[in-house]
Amino acid sequence: MTAPAVPASSPASTGELSRIPGLKTRRNAELGLLAFAMALVAMFAWTVEANQFGTVSGTFWVPPVLLSILFLGLHAVVRMTAPYADPVLIPAVALINGIGVAFLRRLDIARAIANKEPAPGVFAGTGGRQLAWTLGALILAAVLLLVVRDHKAVSRYAYTLGLVGIVLVMIPAVLPGSLSEVNGAKLWIKFGSFSIQPGEFAKLALVSFFAYYLVRKREVLSLASHRFLGLDFPRGRDLGPVVTVWLLSLLVLVFEKDLGTALMYFGLFVVTLYVATERSSWLIIGLLLFFGGVYVAYLLGEAVGGPFANFYDRAQVWLDPFATANYERVGGSYQLVQGLFGLGTGGLFGSGPGGGSPGFIPEVRTDFIFAGLGEEIGLFGLSALLVMYLLIVERGLRAALAVRDSFGKLVAGGLAFTLGLQVFVILGGITGLIPLTGQTTPFLSAGGSSLMANWLLVAMLLRISNAARGPAASGAGPDRPGPKKAPTQLHGAMTEVIKP
Amino acid sequence: MPEFVLTVARFGFLILLWIFVFTVVGVIRRDLFAGVRSKSIVASPRGVGGAILQGRPAKAKRGKAARQLVVTAGQLAGTRITLGEAPITIGRAEDSTLVITDDFASARHARIVPRDGQWFVEDLGSTNGTYLDRGKVSGPTPVPLGVPIRIGRTSLELRP
Repeated sequence: MTAPAVPASSPASTGELSRIPGLKTRRNAELGLLAFAMALVAMFAWTVEANQFGTVSGTFWVPPVLLSILFLGLHAVVRMTAPYADPVLIPAVALINGIGVAFLRRLDIARAIANKEPAPGVFAGTGGRQLAWTLGALILAAVLLLVVRDHKAVSRYAYTLGLVGIVLVMIPAVLPGSLSEVNGAKLWIKFGSFSIQPGEFAKLALVSFFAYYLVRKREVLSLASHRFLGLDFPRGRDLGPVVTVWLLSLLVLVFEKDLGTALMYFGLFVVTLYVATERSSWLIIGLLLFFGGVYVAYLLGEAVGGPFANFYDRAQVWLDPFATANYERVGGSYQLVQGLFGLGTGGLFGSGPGGGSPGFIPEVRTDFIFAGLGEEIGLFGLSALLVMYLLIVERGLRAALAVRDSFGKLVAGGLAFTLGLQVFVILGGITGLIPLTGQTTPFLSAGGSSLMANWLLVAMLLRISNAARGPAASGAGPDRPGPKKAPTQLHGAMTEVIKP
Repeated sequence: MPEFVLTVARFGFLILLWIFVFTVVGVIRRDLFAGVRSKSIVASPRGVGGAILQGRPAKAKRGKAARQLVVTAGQLAGTRITLGEAPITIGRAEDSTLVITDDFASARHARIVPRDGQWFVEDLGSTNGTYLDRGKVSGPTPVPLGVPIRIGRTSLELRP
């Protein structure tokens, strides 16, 4: 190692970015979009009160303004710590989050009117709690941005994170049902009246672990193969990790009775594998394994029952929701059908915010929030929200394309894909496209775990997009002070993932 | 609240929601075109990149300071790195600024360091050496604009 002969002219620590003239940060565009999004949320809140009370109270603006202050805080943190981050992510997510809070408050108002109570206070009810959760989630996101100044540092803790992820997934499965079961799915850890869903956080840890593992192994996985039927199939022993994750996700499916989470973890791994190796055979193998596993679980549920029975029931509901036997059975298709009726009543333009009756749909605060919203903003409004989700995912993938290290590429690609897959799974569920599973709608559903985990996901995307769009910060050169990074050369693995 | 106001609010919300969507798309669009100069990941042939830069003579004349490091040949051809004040490290090691996949590159191959507005290339004890144009780099060597730095099969050059 040669001594640096050129005197280091700048304090070149990573994360410390000086502004380069001519390179736009686009932070003002972000601020403008954020103001627009909050104006939309305020308009939603105004219309809700106008429809529900007939007049608008003097305090309708309080939740939107509080939300604006929270998002402005995050915006300020981004200005300081990630000035080149993507300008679209925060406003898009803020809009969805804000509409979620306003819609939950609208449900509280409707319930208060039905019970002839005074209008709920700003921090009362589900809407108020969601507002508080938003505060918590934004604080977590800001802390992540402040602590993780370089996303590559995360790869140092990859194995720890992988272990944490698997433990988090497994905790609800091994806990007794009284501590972990809600509505037939064992996904929670309950402490008294308070409950968290550890699986939501596990996906962040698992993405980091998968990315690190694949950066190391991609060469073996993509080069050693034999051709069969025009496809390159990997060698049997390289299939090990995939089969392990497949078995793990099937175990989740069986013991936690949750198809959505299983699909999430498995899809996540297969897609990161595909991104890392550029081999479509992985996608085909993954889909075959997943559908094979699900079909076997369905047959077992019909023949044996036991742990598979819940899955069999859900498949029956999906196949024919309008059958009388399914509709009248306890835990049958009543919920799904009410949601479909809600969407149908909404039609193209909806009944207006506050004008529908989402109270008929069970679980409209969490799983079925999209059906409830659909009744009020119609197909036009729902498709606008879906486009927002699409744009968020697109910005994540764009960051993955532009960032210069393969770990960052895989993490950003994996996180963006997870978000998209989650929206697909829950939306496909409530519209009857796939069997319904209890996934939350990201940023929209009531629930702290989901909101916090997804804001952490956004913070990670912001961090990676900052590295992708900003000027080159110093890589860890040989003269970098501080502890030496552990693996300098990753077992001779080729390191660049996506060819330009 | 009169019915008319409610109807206006109902449709107004939907219209504004879509205006928001298109505003966001507009921001992304402007971002794409700004990216042609600063962060393009799409491989552009050398001639095309040059033509774009020649379209901005004012900027090139102004200080002749290098603003970008462009990969002109090799697997990463077309990648651009916007230069800041931080040194750029090049090599196969995962934590390099520019991670190159090249059989002839070392884990920590070379680095490019700024000093007083001039960029210097320095070999970090690589196996196969770093070349500035035709000459092998032995010590810190100033890099003029547009002169290729060769590392294995990869070529890089500084652009204004």
